[in-house]
Amino acid sequence: MIAQLIFIIILAAAVYFFGNNVSKIRRNILLGKDTDRNDQPALRWKVMAKIALGQTKMVKRPVAAVMHFFIYIGFIIINLEVLEIMIDGVFGSHRIFAHPLGGLYGFLIGGFEVLAVLVLTACIVFLCRRNVVHLKRFTGTEMTQWPKSDANYILITEILLMTAFLTMNAADYKLQLLHFGHYITAGSFPVSSLLAPLLPGSASALVITERVCWWFHIVGILCFLNYLPYSKHFHILLAFPNTYYSNLNPKGKFTNMASVTNEVKAMLDPSFVPENNGEPARFGAKDVTDLTWKNLMEAYTCTECGRCTSVCPANITGKLLSPRKIMMDTRDRITEIGNNIDKHGKDHQDDKSLLDNYITREELWACTSCNACVEACPVNINPLEIITEMRRYIVMEESQAPASLNNMFGNVENNGAPWKYSQADRFNWAEE
Amino acid sequence: MNNEPLAIPTMAEMAAQGREPEILFWVGCAGSFDERARKITRDICKILQHVGISYAVLGTEENCTGDPAKRAGNEFLFQMQAMMNIQVLDGYNIKKIVTGCPHCFNTIKNEYPGLGGNYEVIHHTQLIQQLIDAGKLKAENGESFKGKKITYHDPCYLGRGNGVYEAPRAALEILDTELVEMKRCKSNGLCCGAGGAQMFKEPEPGIRDINIERIADVIETKAQVVAAACPFCMTMLTDGVKNQDKEQEIKVLDIAEITVRANGL
Repeated sequence: MIAQLIFIIILAAAVYFFGNNVSKIRRNILLGKDTDRNDQPALRWKVMAKIALGQTKMVKRPVAAVMHFFIYIGFIIINLEVLEIMIDGVFGSHRIFAHPLGGLYGFLIGGFEVLAVLVLTACIVFLCRRNVVHLKRFTGTEMTQWPKSDANYILITEILLMTAFLTMNAADYKLQLLHFGHYITAGSFPVSSLLAPLLPGSASALVITERVCWWFHIVGILCFLNYLPYSKHFHILLAFPNTYYSNLNPKGKFTNMASVTNEVKAMLDPSFVPENNGEPARFGAKDVTDLTWKNLMEAYTCTECGRCTSVCPANITGKLLSPRKIMMDTRDRITEIGNNIDKHGKDHQDDKSLLDNYITREELWACTSCNACVEACPVNINPLEIITEMRRYIVMEESQAPASLNNMFGNVENNGAPWKYSQADRFNWAEE
Repeated sequence: MNNEPLAIPTMAEMAAQGREPEILFWVGCAGSFDERARKITRDICKILQHVGISYAVLGTEENCTGDPAKRAGNEFLFQMQAMMNIQVLDGYNIKKIVTGCPHCFNTIKNEYPGLGGNYEVIHHTQLIQQLIDAGKLKAENGESFKGKKITYHDPCYLGRGNGVYEAPRAALEILDTELVEMKRCKSNGLCCGAGGAQMFKEPEPGIRDINIERIADVIETKAQVVAAACPFCMTMLTDGVKNQDKEQEIKVLDIAEITVRANGL
């Protein structure tokens, strides 16, 4: 009875704290400007099914894709087991699905165990790639101590959880063979039965092992759940809405700013009356709140895999720009603003901004707008949109474009071409 | 049959005669002013004339699409340019446009509709593919590329930007030559370094220029010809080849130039 009570209290607290942190992230995301991403729902579901559920963009890197697939499928399927653990925890039962499912139960448990081994393998491979092989993709200026530790914490936690799961099953299996107490026979335990000889022989020691692993496993999962909102691992949840709200236009198409259209129309036609005379918005983005909620959702979705940065022509050739850093900076800044709201109220200003305090101009001007980062992202994040918005702010609000670009603007405006040639000479090519 | 002089009609002339061409050839700024690109512009005209498509150019009435301004963040200038161009295009009742520049292609196709300019826009490599498919264009009576290795560099705004990967390759596949791909190609293609208004500024400090990085990919294929489909890529690749002292071994040619040579136009 006490165990059940403790379990219910832990479960309720875990759900409460998780819900609380998720609602803070949701609030932070909604600090962004509005943008309509609700058109074409059928296509959106399809994109989500393909990209998030089907992981089709992962396959460009086959080793990572296979390993990631093990962990992903393990995570989804082992959740069935977690459901049983929850019910057992609340009602004080033991392997409640074993009886009603009969032979299928043994098959399922067997499947979970195989998946657990695959997850373990993948996690160890991933740890090696990060800490032994030192894959270039996991380095870079933005990969400071915390992002590196974060990745390792996630992998080590998953290893511990899977180990506890298998050890729990091994002890359970051994108790079943002893026909001890309520430990009913429940399948063949293909993996944990191999571990059984490593465990003590006495029934009481086995019961303690089984219980300790059971509690470690489920409390570990609940702790991990509450770690998500502080971690890049949050991608396991946001990947789904983030791909649903993907940009469905061709990648080359940039947004046309409606606020600018109004001003240009008024300039060309003095009788033109703009449709809405709302508050005069800032052109482009100086801070994260000038970006759209989708940009901010993407920032929270990023799991720092670095595929974007590894294909960025600027980054490859040694420039400061790193698309992954753009996303991480955006996330860190909106989180900072959120924390300020929690501490000092919603109108608090901290004299900081995404531009200059986080992202330098040198980074922004190094972008070739080639869309390689957008193409590479396995969950359809678009760093280019943020870069473009920040360039817009620098050019239109500050008039601080590099001098050579200002020359180009002048040429376009005066000669109708980005170079200093006369409009009258534009057709000279025909007479060669 | 191929020696008839090149006659390049303008929209103004056509309109004066009360005629409307089937398609407008949007030349673009590079195609109008850049020495190398001007040659390609004339080659596109040769192809159009050869197959007998009724076309015209805007000549001095053409204006920058606003692409470099938009990528650099100057949305005001972009929209000014766009609205001026839309006025001119609509004034001539233009419905269909072919262009030799992927940047003009992307801008007119994707960004002009939101400002009221709706046209069917194709890139010249797509036109060439259509003409090949229709049997109007072959690879005969001209220079043979047989036995040569050709590789193709995907321009960002044609490939990733708009998903056009096959049309330029189709134009090369009829050459009876070996088409070799670079390790970074199609959706994984590496930028030449000119996009996003980089063409008009010095690069930020780094360890090397992007076009040098790209030329290494070209050299690795051992191709004698690298095909381009964008005037800016053309400049960057040509500079890269020069920088690596490979001018004798590697020629940079636009798909239109290759087509013209293969057909002896």
